[in-house]
Amino acid sequence: MDSMQLFTRQTKAISTARRSLLIIESIPGIQFSEIVDVELGTGEVRSGQVIEVGKGTTVVQVFGGVSEVDLLNSKVRYKGETLKLPVSPDILGRIFDGSGKPIDGGPPIISQKYQDINGVPANPASRMPPAEFIETGISAIDGLNVLVRGQKLPIFSGSGLPHNKIAAQIIRQASLKGKSDDFAIVFGAIGVSYDDAAYFISNLEETGALSRAVGFINTASSPVIERLSTPRLALTAAEYLAWEMDMHVLVILTDITNYADALRELAAMRGEIPSRRGYPGYMYTDLASLYERAGRISGREGSVTILPILTMPDDDITHPIPDLTGYITEGQIVLSRPLDRKRIYPPIDVFLSLSRMMKEGIGEGKTREDHNNVFMQSYAMYAEGNYLREITTVIGSEALTERDKVYLEAADRFEREFIAQDENSRRTVEETLGVAWDIFSMLPEEDLKLINEKYIKNYLPEPSENE
Amino acid sequence: MGKIWRISGPVIIAEDMRGSQVYEVVEIGEERLNGEIIGLEQDKAVIQVYEDTVGLTVGEKVIGTGEILMAELGPGLVGNIYDGVQRSLVTMKDEVGDFLHRGVRTYALDREKKWRFIPVVKAGAKVEGGDIIGTVQETGLIEHRIMVPPGMSGVIDSIEEGDYTVEETVAMLGSNGKTIPLALMQRWPARKPRPYRRRFDPVDLLVTGTRIIDYLFPLALGGKAAIPGGFGTGKTVNLQQMARWSQTQLNIYVGCGERGNEMADVLHSFKELKDPGSGRYLQEKEIFIANTSNMPVVAREISIFIGITMAEYYRDMGYDILLVADSTSRWAEAMREIGARLEETPGEEGFPTYLGSRLSAFYERSGKVECLGSPDRVGSATVIGAVSPPGADFSEPVTQNTLRIVDALYSLDVALANRRHFPTINWLQSYSQYADSVDTWWEKVSPDYTEVRNQALITLQKEAELEEIVRLVGPEALPENDKLLLLIARMIREDFLMQSAYHPVDTYSDPKRSHLMLSTIIKFNDFARGLAETGMMVSEISASRIKQRISRMKDVPNDEIDQYIDSIRQDMAGGAVSLEEGGV
Repeated sequence: MDSMQLFTRQTKAISTARRSLLIIESIPGIQFSEIVDVELGTGEVRSGQVIEVGKGTTVVQVFGGVSEVDLLNSKVRYKGETLKLPVSPDILGRIFDGSGKPIDGGPPIISQKYQDINGVPANPASRMPPAEFIETGISAIDGLNVLVRGQKLPIFSGSGLPHNKIAAQIIRQASLKGKSDDFAIVFGAIGVSYDDAAYFISNLEETGALSRAVGFINTASSPVIERLSTPRLALTAAEYLAWEMDMHVLVILTDITNYADALRELAAMRGEIPSRRGYPGYMYTDLASLYERAGRISGREGSVTILPILTMPDDDITHPIPDLTGYITEGQIVLSRPLDRKRIYPPIDVFLSLSRMMKEGIGEGKTREDHNNVFMQSYAMYAEGNYLREITTVIGSEALTERDKVYLEAADRFEREFIAQDENSRRTVEETLGVAWDIFSMLPEEDLKLINEKYIKNYLPEPSENE
Repeated sequence: MGKIWRISGPVIIAEDMRGSQVYEVVEIGEERLNGEIIGLEQDKAVIQVYEDTVGLTVGEKVIGTGEILMAELGPGLVGNIYDGVQRSLVTMKDEVGDFLHRGVRTYALDREKKWRFIPVVKAGAKVEGGDIIGTVQETGLIEHRIMVPPGMSGVIDSIEEGDYTVEETVAMLGSNGKTIPLALMQRWPARKPRPYRRRFDPVDLLVTGTRIIDYLFPLALGGKAAIPGGFGTGKTVNLQQMARWSQTQLNIYVGCGERGNEMADVLHSFKELKDPGSGRYLQEKEIFIANTSNMPVVAREISIFIGITMAEYYRDMGYDILLVADSTSRWAEAMREIGARLEETPGEEGFPTYLGSRLSAFYERSGKVECLGSPDRVGSATVIGAVSPPGADFSEPVTQNTLRIVDALYSLDVALANRRHFPTINWLQSYSQYADSVDTWWEKVSPDYTEVRNQALITLQKEAELEEIVRLVGPEALPENDKLLLLIARMIREDFLMQSAYHPVDTYSDPKRSHLMLSTIIKFNDFARGLAETGMMVSEISASRIKQRISRMKDVPNDEIDQYIDSIRQDMAGGAVSLEEGGV
């Protein structure tokens, strides 16, 4: 790389500037996908990337657009490299922008090692199936939608729902579990408001987790193109910490909807043929190139766990962004507006949420022997209660039997006591299971069909006098 | 030798390429990246590159190999894991580590390993394409039959038992005055179907161990089926179940553009799970192709053809093969991406207009055939493709084009997934055109198969009609005989169709067991109808111990199930039902 800097590869032969693209006469040695500096007549320098290169012409996409580019005085300098992030243990505790420059007032990162931000795919034969329980302290997750190390589990939210609060709670609480020195948090903010970004940073500061965190922040006012590089920088940092520093890394990416919209915007500028709702046809592959960087590698200590957050436009789970995400991730935590209206925090929709890795992460030696049974029974109980609620709205509560009324009450308690908890309450998995058992105790014992009798004997509390 | 002229994502154009052929494999640049010519114009070649093109420059060399993309076929395939262009991921892990850097080259078949070859023909034998000349015990479960490659014929000059690598000569074939060396390995162009003598109708059941498939919507050996489903409907679990338990001699699992962690899970579980028939590890009868969603897109397109070529090769030995492809939608998306780069006129939703014909080119390579050569033998290749329709909307082009080709549909239902009814195969929307042709097979297991199946389907159909009424008036307002129908339908759903992939007994249900279970529920229907006529309420019947015993039959181990069902049937034949403790 250094030797390439000995001569400047620079040209002024720009023939077209349109949308965000420049068409330039080719000079020898241009690499596909390399980074360029575009120097405007005013002296301003913008970054760009080679998106097509041919013998005659080269097409460059300019980050920040082509406004004020003039064809006479602007210059294009080829840098001979693709986008890379300098990595070293010093990145911990630091905050960068979407191009990898520090924005916390600290010095630049000095490193011998530059990693390509696109990463390198892990060999499927080297991967290890994720199976280690992460205790988030949130019952609706730890009890029913278990997160495990190496998993990618998104939060599907809607505008105005408390997804940031939940993510911040997970960051605070999950980081307390296990040995603190091998845990790191990487935070990628994509096109979010300044307030949202500040909320996460002050949260990290308050809990003292900032020294074990790395932030990459692209606010709504920063260049759109950097929305594409921000998550890649974050994941590159995460991979370095996991695979070379043996750390368990939790990556929070918010908001993927902004990412996808940036992808659409730039694709449209290139004049690509759009697929559903104007998003590019390769969006699945593009999103996969982010999410698939989660995982575990056999023989290595660390792990990369990804918790992407996205807001579903119009709360529509079939919208391409949640839809394609759901096809790639290992489940989803879906937030519910009706629960939020009932002031239930966290408003996690138990029916639509799912963790595909749950089965591997729970049970004896991991959480507790009765976990799977409690999960199934809770689910069945809540489903029955919900079904009865619906029926009641049609046929009225008169027609309900005594047993039905018990289930209605159980469903209410499940929402108020199990799902709901304080933003600052951190329940151990035993406490979470305990809350469920408490509610089970109001059901007829013969209804606990999904639970092994041995566990009923061990864990079912005696019904208290006043109930 | 040509030079790069233009680079646009995974597609490059090279100049000075006169003399190349379409689909010829080329090596690009210093790192010798793999690519395939997909079009020629004058001296320029359009090339799709199987690896990341970042950093390539105009003017770098492009070298033609003179060959179109070949699959390597021979001992060592079984138990191996390949990427989309048949590089062994196991070898790559050993040689280059945990990450897939580009430009790495590995053979599909180990060149060092020696295999024991036992000839079955003698020198002087007259042979032709497809004739078996010897065998190699590839794994504990697969006897690899070494065949004369299609199109060759002559007289065996020499053949000798011994230990050979896949490239060493095991026999010499004299043909028209020349001698051709035959080795354990042969190569075959992946895009070209392998020849056979003739095709048969698929009439034998492919036992998958999944009750709703085997019993209600059976798949035949040599058939083709599609499984479309939105995310969270358990598509992958279904396919894994089929790849695990299908009673075929060899299964090929093509993970095309899917999750890495899931692939890891499949690979690990096959090392631990045992085949119910032989008791040996499943890995000994499985070939994996793992081209996860973050691996190069272009390799997805060819991975499916590599997979089906391997399936045909083992079919030609006289085996029954199952190939599952997860997911054909990602495969179609890869075609869409290449099509867009080539600036082809797009069809529906941007997919290329040849989507339908490319899908048929894949599915049509399934079939039950009489193989070439002697001894006479019959083999089959069955294909199941997953489809991932965006937004679970089945009207999209990949689902619709697939439905025009396949003969069985297993439609996965988001609503069932939300109710945690697994497998989520919807019994009202799914169908199988093999049901009529495999009934002879089934009737050998159980003469009343057709009747039981029909009764079950009719009951489920009527339930769906009644449910609309229930939604309006509540279940209590129904007459008793309708309540009974709802009870029986619920038993069919919960005690028969629902099946846990994670329960050690329930995960695999052999045909006899499936029949015992469903026919017991149908018999219970007659029994309950009798009781209802004597004035017993359906709610009482529902609470009876005999009903409870039926709902527990799923978990009864295989060696106890006959006795268990027998005692239920005897009690029903006895006629009495008591709700008291200790009654039936």
